[in-house]
Amino acid sequence: MHELSLAAGILDLVEDAGRREGFARVAVLRLEVGRLAGVEVSALRFALQAIAPGTCLAGARVEIDEPAARAACPDCGADVEVTGHGQACPACGGAPLRPTGGTALRVVDLLVEDERRSEACA
Amino acid sequence: MCVTCGCGTPNPTLAAVADEGAQRLVRLEADLLGANDRIARANREHFAAHGVTALNLVSSPGSGKTALLCATLRALRARDPGRPLAVIEGDQQTSLDADRIRATGVPAVQVNTGRGCHLDARMVTDAFGALPIHGHVHDGPHGHDGPHGRDGPHDHHAHGHPGAHGGGHGPGLLFIENVGNLVCPALWDLGEAAKVAVLSVTEGDDKPLKYPDLFAAARLVVINKVDLLPYVDFDVARCVAAARRVNPAVEVLQLSARTGDGLPAWLDWIDAMAASPIRPAAAHAQAPVPARTAA
Repeated sequence: MHELSLAAGILDLVEDAGRREGFARVAVLRLEVGRLAGVEVSALRFALQAIAPGTCLAGARVEIDEPAARAACPDCGADVEVTGHGQACPACGGAPLRPTGGTALRVVDLLVEDERRSEACA
Repeated sequence: MCVTCGCGTPNPTLAAVADEGAQRLVRLEADLLGANDRIARANREHFAAHGVTALNLVSSPGSGKTALLCATLRALRARDPGRPLAVIEGDQQTSLDADRIRATGVPAVQVNTGRGCHLDARMVTDAFGALPIHGHVHDGPHGHDGPHGRDGPHDHHAHGHPGAHGGGHGPGLLFIENVGNLVCPALWDLGEAAKVAVLSVTEGDDKPLKYPDLFAAARLVVINKVDLLPYVDFDVARCVAAARRVNPAVEVLQLSARTGDGLPAWLDWIDAMAASPIRPAAAHAQAPVPARTAA
């Protein structure tokens, strides 16, 4: 359920950008949520939908990139993609892999419109 | 209505909206937890300036965090009656846990998160400011009464003197008992020196595999209620293997807060944490600390 606080944090960042950049509404919101970020993407989408009405995110399309983490296998040295903690190496079967990265949680960019077709980001 | 965005079209494409004109791209590249992490870093420096080591206890409800804390505080008091100790209690509602802590004679602040499922760094900043362990340093001639800034704790450059107070007592300890929840607290850095995951033997021994984020973020796993092992099917070796699978470097201690069995090793671990230098930049990395590990 922390996705709701994350959604509120996203709205804060977008409204800050709105004050700075002076746009009226967001057409596309692009996020990066790493596979190991501890975030349920469908819950985050649901939370964003719930808080969007009446804000500059109303009607915005949400695109979410979900990059995987990588790990170097300590046994065979292979550099592999991992999607979770504690996975075995797909190359040699050695376990467990210690992932690096995959924890990004970012607002990447916004495609915004300047016309006042809905409430401006105040 | 489009489920993805509520836009009213069945399957919008980026090209379609881009054609509408008067659109432009605003690059943000903003870390969603950036604001929390900045406050957490300030907390970490603030704790260091007060010579305080903070531990963030995380677990599901019912693992015995509060009972463990009460037993720990009594034992620490017995070892060193003058040592500065404090507790921040996180719960959705009530001050029941803080009341239990205060019964041990140790100051506690209760934070009620309402509908919130975790503590964040700002809540810890505010709670720490209300604790006597914080005023400890500020009682001197350099004491300051101004409100804390919005972006984190106040500046300690003028009077930071880690470890200089306490009059021969052990360094200060701040225990933060997070909201009982094995999922959400993993993401929020509070400025702690380490996260301690508490797991009791009345739970499943496969829990580290089922809730990997939190066990991957922990430096230590405490297996509590070991006095009940004869009555349950909990397999300690299986649990330790599961924890090490998601976090190969994690340390494990077994104890019973009720009987006190295993408590000395936990106190030694705390002392080792408090004695290790606080390196704000590296504090979040899971560098092993010299401590006994019973597995």
